[in-house]
Amino acid sequence: MTRVALRHRLAERGIDRQLWLLVPGLACVLALFVYPFAYGIGLSFQPAQGGVFGAYREFFTDAYQRDTIATTLGLSLPAAILNVAASVPIAYRMRGRFRGKRLLTTILVVPITLGTVLTAEGLLNYLGPAGWFNRFLMAVGLLDEPVRLTNNYWGVFFSLVITGFPFAFLLILSYLSGIDPTLERAAATLGAGWWQRFRRITLPLLAPGLATTFCLTFVLAFSVFPSAVLVGDPAGTTRVISIAAYHAAYEAYDYPLGSAIAVVMGVVELFVVAVVLGLRSLLYTGSTGGKG
Amino acid sequence: MTLVSEKTAARPIVASPAAWLVWGAVAFFLINLAGVIGSVVVNSVGRRWFDTWLPEGWTTQWYASAWTEFGLLDVLLVTLEVAVLVVGISVLVGVPASYVLARRSFPGRRLVYLLFLLPILMPPITYGIPLATVLYKYGFAGHLAGVVLANLVPSIPFVILTMTPFIEQIDPTMEKAARMCGARTGQIFGRILAPLLVPGILAASILVLVRTVGMFELTFLTAGPDSQTLVVALYYSMSAAGIRAQQSVDAMAVLYTASMLVLLVVALRFVNPTQLVARVKEEPD
Repeated sequence: MTRVALRHRLAERGIDRQLWLLVPGLACVLALFVYPFAYGIGLSFQPAQGGVFGAYREFFTDAYQRDTIATTLGLSLPAAILNVAASVPIAYRMRGRFRGKRLLTTILVVPITLGTVLTAEGLLNYLGPAGWFNRFLMAVGLLDEPVRLTNNYWGVFFSLVITGFPFAFLLILSYLSGIDPTLERAAATLGAGWWQRFRRITLPLLAPGLATTFCLTFVLAFSVFPSAVLVGDPAGTTRVISIAAYHAAYEAYDYPLGSAIAVVMGVVELFVVAVVLGLRSLLYTGSTGGKG
Repeated sequence: MTLVSEKTAARPIVASPAAWLVWGAVAFFLINLAGVIGSVVVNSVGRRWFDTWLPEGWTTQWYASAWTEFGLLDVLLVTLEVAVLVVGISVLVGVPASYVLARRSFPGRRLVYLLFLLPILMPPITYGIPLATVLYKYGFAGHLAGVVLANLVPSIPFVILTMTPFIEQIDPTMEKAARMCGARTGQIFGRILAPLLVPGILAASILVLVRTVGMFELTFLTAGPDSQTLVVALYYSMSAAGIRAQQSVDAMAVLYTASMLVLLVVALRFVNPTQLVARVKEEPD
């Protein structure tokens, strides 16, 4: 009798046997994500020497390690901002229907699937001293000497733009087509010019989508690893934090330090995401009236 | 999904300077993209290519040498095994979970949602290093099992996110009617939901397939010598440059791109990228 009553009471609060369907998924996430993360955090507090915070102290007192944070942010923030900022006007112009839109979006999906390794290989060939890009600029007469664009900051930056821009563009295009076009037409009826319509109607409605897009693009750019090694200068100007973490864990076999760097990396990344999402929560977050 | 059917404003016939600027930017991006991909393709079929616009001669020998030198058959088989296992497991685990998350409200639902979102929001290296450490500790890493387990971490949440809108589209009264007729939960899943969810499951599996084949970081951290996927083998052959001919590395890169493109074309038959994103955005409530 009481067992049935308990089951009823639980069911009223939304707990019944159907929730068992959630268990395999939760178990996987707990075993493969939460537990390793907790294990890594625990490991980062148990360095071979230097006490509880030894690994963190080692990271923050060594300028070669500490500067990787600035290097990573110096690459990923400008790349994410450029990707989002360039996507907005282009997507704004393309939000209507026109011939070849599907083809264009298909072409733009290609770089996302190429992945960073192939992009790196392509950039080495294309932007290298004897590559087509320099060859073209010299043939036109803009340059006398090939400009160095690979194995430095710019190579990595371009690879982030090539993989990140289509991603940001497709997201923003879908957010823009979710905004009800009648709102803008109403504004046009009241005599608003295109800048006023964009500034006062579209941009405020788009702002939450912009924040989300920025976060996702930033996460992509922040975790740059293969291209920083292949087209970058992994010992110098593009020694990003993921390289530092990888070196510590897999080349120096200092797992506590590797875990500590991974934790620092996660904290920095979540901090930027939290700031952007915090700014977003100050803005309008309601229905945008279009498809949903 | 309704498309915006009317144009927002009458467009002038002659394009404005702003339009030229926008289309110019797109064209510039696409030309450079074509250059990046094209130079890899051309190099992979070129005989010698040093200081000229195009190689001196054409050959397919690099593909043959890449095939034997890198043991590409094994690599492709491993890639296929990993991808199929990851897709299968993540669909089996993810679809029921996403059903509960889409249909039910229960205490702690937001926490569960956050748990499923976090692996997508974190850079793979961040959780990959502790994960690989744990997998090495239990002896999974360095084998196929470790690679599959590591790739499940972002794939299961991804299936859940992709499936939620598909599940929300199914009318709950249909399940209630089936239940009235005496169907059990298992029967409802097998007879009602599964057939209706086939398009969604296909879309999710293809997207997970594309992601898994392209996933570098997690596979790189957990793979051993005989469990490398194509992208990791490509990375190793590139970072050991000088030992191999550049062209055979490029041939391998072309094979990788081609397989990704085939997957992509198949995927786009089932999924419209812009609509997918528009559906996904509604979920983190």
